[in-house]
Amino acid sequence: MFKKTLHIGTSPHIIGGSSTDQIMRNVVFALLPVAAFAVYTFGLSALLLLITALASCLLTEYFLNRWIDKSSPLSDWSVTITGLLYGLTLPPHLPLWMVFVGGVIAVALGKFIFGGLGYNVFNPALVGRAFIQAAFPVAITTWMAPFLPDRFSHIPGSTLTLPFLKPVYDITSGATPLSLMKFEHHTTDTYNLLMGMTSGSTGETSALLILLGGLYLIARKMMNWRIPVALLGTVYLISTVLHWSNPDIYPGGLFMLFSGGLMLGAVFMATDMVASPITPLGATVYGIIIGIMIYVIRVWGGLPEGVMYAILFGNAVSPHIDNFIRPRVYGTGKQWSKS
Amino acid sequence: MESKPKGKLAGFFHFPQGDGLSTDEFIKGLWRENPVLVQVLGMCPTLAVTNSAINAMAMGLATLFVLVMSNILVSSLRNVIPKQVRIATYILIIATFVTVADYVIQAISLDVHKALGAFIPLIVVNCIILGRAEAFASKNGVWASFMDGLGMGVGFTYALLLLGFIREILGSGSLFGISLFADSFQDWVIMILPSGGFFALAGWLLLFNGLKLRKKQAQPEQTREEVLI
Repeated sequence: MFKKTLHIGTSPHIIGGSSTDQIMRNVVFALLPVAAFAVYTFGLSALLLLITALASCLLTEYFLNRWIDKSSPLSDWSVTITGLLYGLTLPPHLPLWMVFVGGVIAVALGKFIFGGLGYNVFNPALVGRAFIQAAFPVAITTWMAPFLPDRFSHIPGSTLTLPFLKPVYDITSGATPLSLMKFEHHTTDTYNLLMGMTSGSTGETSALLILLGGLYLIARKMMNWRIPVALLGTVYLISTVLHWSNPDIYPGGLFMLFSGGLMLGAVFMATDMVASPITPLGATVYGIIIGIMIYVIRVWGGLPEGVMYAILFGNAVSPHIDNFIRPRVYGTGKQWSKS
Repeated sequence: MESKPKGKLAGFFHFPQGDGLSTDEFIKGLWRENPVLVQVLGMCPTLAVTNSAINAMAMGLATLFVLVMSNILVSSLRNVIPKQVRIATYILIIATFVTVADYVIQAISLDVHKALGAFIPLIVVNCIILGRAEAFASKNGVWASFMDGLGMGVGFTYALLLLGFIREILGSGSLFGISLFADSFQDWVIMILPSGGFFALAGWLLLFNGLKLRKKQAQPEQTREEVLI
């Protein structure tokens, strides 16, 4: 076990062995089934969207790092995750130029400005999506129906819109389960939600595949399981209790769990290692805060879906959570450390 | 920046040394000490009313007028204003000209007046104007103060216009209310919203700071401090 040479250095002395790019590569593996199912559900437009999202993020990262003379910026795979996640949160037939703009914003404003990997305050993919949501509110809330028969032979006109022009929609549009719930009080079957038979953002439809990806990462100890568990538990608990109090107004717990971007957000976005708290208790508190925010925005807010803003909010408070919840330094008293 | 505290009216018609026209006092407001892009002052009107080029121009010109007039008046009265009540006096002088500007804008275009809303009366508390009165006009001659006010005002106006251009072109596809592209243009709603003001300002600051940095690196060691100011 012991090496013959004596290493002198500061803590940590025990190192886990898994490197950044190893973890990041596994997250990409966990995302691949989700992306494959997205392409199967929405066809060519989803494929083009994912490629554009990846390309815009990778290119931005590459050129910005070239600009400040930082070597091999792409080899740690982190920007691949950003691009993939960013693409998976967008509606499948969003114009490709908007996808590109958001990808540049995601990496430049969400990551590079703060100092690159390890310094970003917010999840870069969500920063890009939030920008697109604020800049093009109509385009990002127009959904495509899933499993269209001509999805592999026909590219929707809106996907190929020229830069700076308004998209024209020439295919059947769909409504997400959440907007159906919010505006028409129609609940979608839980089985369809679980299997991804619904309309929605590119990668959010199949709750099952996202959960499997999450379980893979948790099994390999590459994800803090407390965050998704606390987040999903909070949403389920609140919605079950309120549904029990008045089923006409409040949707049920399972519907809330499997609809919209909650699964994707809870498993892959809220768990962003940089933008979430470090301590176990902090991670739990962080998950609970995001869960409460999601429920508040979804049920009492103006938007049908609030996962993105809730996670960005959670990112914003996570340094404060870290500040309030500190592990006891070994050998000191049991009191809470006063900052 | 020489002050001549000889008599009460000394320096009223005093032209400073040098080229005699105080061109430097004018030029410094355009670039080296630009109130928005270098000093980052007056952020409230800068971010709030630049959602279209016409609003930005109206705001810039109103501020330019108030700045020049208050600088002239403060400078000519600088030896009679008691030190203890100088800020109150400056505010009174500025408020007078803001009232004038308010009514003039109302007379020219009621639409612009409505669009600018509370931000016209708020010129009174614009820190650029009070700052120039306190830091420059109260210590310099009338001509130099006039040139200083003009330079700062023009610098403020063009900085606002730069923001207004970007935000109106991207946000509504038009410039000064004239549609630039056909109806098919996709508006970037965010650029009209307050957050768009921050994005546009940040972009221009990035550009100008980058240019300054390049200039600093190109210049010899001796004059570096000046550039950094």
